[in-house]
Amino acid sequence: MPQMTDERVRAGLAREEDLSLLHEVSMKTAGVSHLEMCIQCGTCGGSCPAAMDMDHTPRMIFAMLRAGMRDEVLRSNTQWICVSCYHCVVRCPQEVHIADVMYTLKGMAIKAKLYNDSTAPHFSQTFVDMVETYGRSFELGLASRHYLKHFPLRLPGMMPMGYGMLTKGRLDIKPHKIRQMKQLKAILSHAKKLELTS
Amino acid sequence: MNKYLLYPGCSMDSSAKAYMESLNAIMEPLDLHFEEIDDWNCCGATEYLGINLIPAYSLIARNLALAAKQTSPANGTGGTRTVVAPCSACYLNLAKADYYMQERPSLGVKVNEALSAGGLQYKAGTLDVRHLIDILVYDVGLDAVRSKVVRPLHGLKVAPYMGCMLPRPDYQHRWSDHEHPTELDDLMRALGAEVIDYPLATECCGGHMTQIGPETAFELIRRLVADADERGAQLMATVCPMCQMNIDAYQNEMNHFFGTDYHMPVLFFTQLMGLAFGRKPEELGIGVELVSSRKALANIGVEVPVVQEAAAPRKKDEGLPMPPRLLKGGNGKKSKKEAVR
Repeated sequence: MPQMTDERVRAGLAREEDLSLLHEVSMKTAGVSHLEMCIQCGTCGGSCPAAMDMDHTPRMIFAMLRAGMRDEVLRSNTQWICVSCYHCVVRCPQEVHIADVMYTLKGMAIKAKLYNDSTAPHFSQTFVDMVETYGRSFELGLASRHYLKHFPLRLPGMMPMGYGMLTKGRLDIKPHKIRQMKQLKAILSHAKKLELTS
Repeated sequence: MNKYLLYPGCSMDSSAKAYMESLNAIMEPLDLHFEEIDDWNCCGATEYLGINLIPAYSLIARNLALAAKQTSPANGTGGTRTVVAPCSACYLNLAKADYYMQERPSLGVKVNEALSAGGLQYKAGTLDVRHLIDILVYDVGLDAVRSKVVRPLHGLKVAPYMGCMLPRPDYQHRWSDHEHPTELDDLMRALGAEVIDYPLATECCGGHMTQIGPETAFELIRRLVADADERGAQLMATVCPMCQMNIDAYQNEMNHFFGTDYHMPVLFFTQLMGLAFGRKPEELGIGVELVSSRKALANIGVEVPVVQEAAAPRKKDEGLPMPPRLLKGGNGKKSKKEAVR
């Protein structure tokens, strides 16, 4: 909501350069993010089941966005730890689309290559590669590529699970491919040229 | 007759086959008819949204566009405008795209610009996106479900696990509550099961964190399993392939991580419905769960078929298999026999 930002600037509540980051994140978020409406009440962090593993609670991230701390925000692990459970979203008194803001921050961090741990960005990218190749997710391909790269030491402990999934017919050896892959590719390659600007 | 479009989602073909099998088994008694969206694609789960916004929403919207086209009167299959997703993550993604394309019209414009590169269009709001349990509780109704029960699940203590992405954020106000919805409880009671008080019913299963931050995920799984166990549940009922996968397939690793010994089977609610409707466990994909439900279902006199036991962890003191000549005593041949025995 750009109008809100302008009003705040006119009211002398903040300098314009401070709010450019907040405005950018809000603009890039799907739906009407309500990000500028955050009142720093902390209900989000208090509702979060994974807050204990986050560098900053969502409330703090929103304060940092308002303060223009781009690198610190994008390097934070907060957006990667978010499990998208939407507890904060339904409790937020200002209806900030918190989970969607986290998705936006992930995308910005990937684009700026600002992340301290590559596990999560690589997982997302591998998943997306599978979808862009087959049109469907492919669990075996995804898991093997991901675990070999990021969790080789977890593999021995996971053998019984993998074996169980395979023998019980719950893991496909071959990917399913959709028929109109050409159409999907055309849609996605065109979509990649587009950005939300209003 | 209740007719709907179905968006199965990728897991229903593989890791959640049991969900699909059990859904097929309950459709006929409940007079439900599903027509699969032709050539649907993955919804992107929670991964694509974090990579690139417009492609992520275009990926989701292709399914909506195909569904709207399939159900349009011009194609002769007109009637329903309801798309049913049995997976909570798919349900949320489809509902989210439909809602945000209306809330932020510029998103709708860009997504349609991308779709048109593939000859498709979607007008947001054309379809109703609903989850399978929503259909069963609110369209079919609990009375109809109750009337089909021939083997009530009396004596089975069930923890009703709704998970997080189903009742929240709830763009269309479909659920009784965001944090303590009662739909799954009511459905389980209609089957005759004893529903335990389960305050963590809509807490997160860890989602994709089992893949990228296992320690975070293990703690979330532990809370759910430990609480169900302490409150006396014999099994958990779930409505989502990802929840089932996380709690079932990663329970063993979670136990190793914390040094605990929980054994909490997780079944799809459709599997329990099938049992109550008198179907055989093997028709319902029961037995392919990694945490066996055999002991739990013995309480209601159901015998779970042996599908294939997961490999037992190798005993440490046995070491690697040794060639026969290195075994103690006797000549090579005799030892070989012993080794085989």
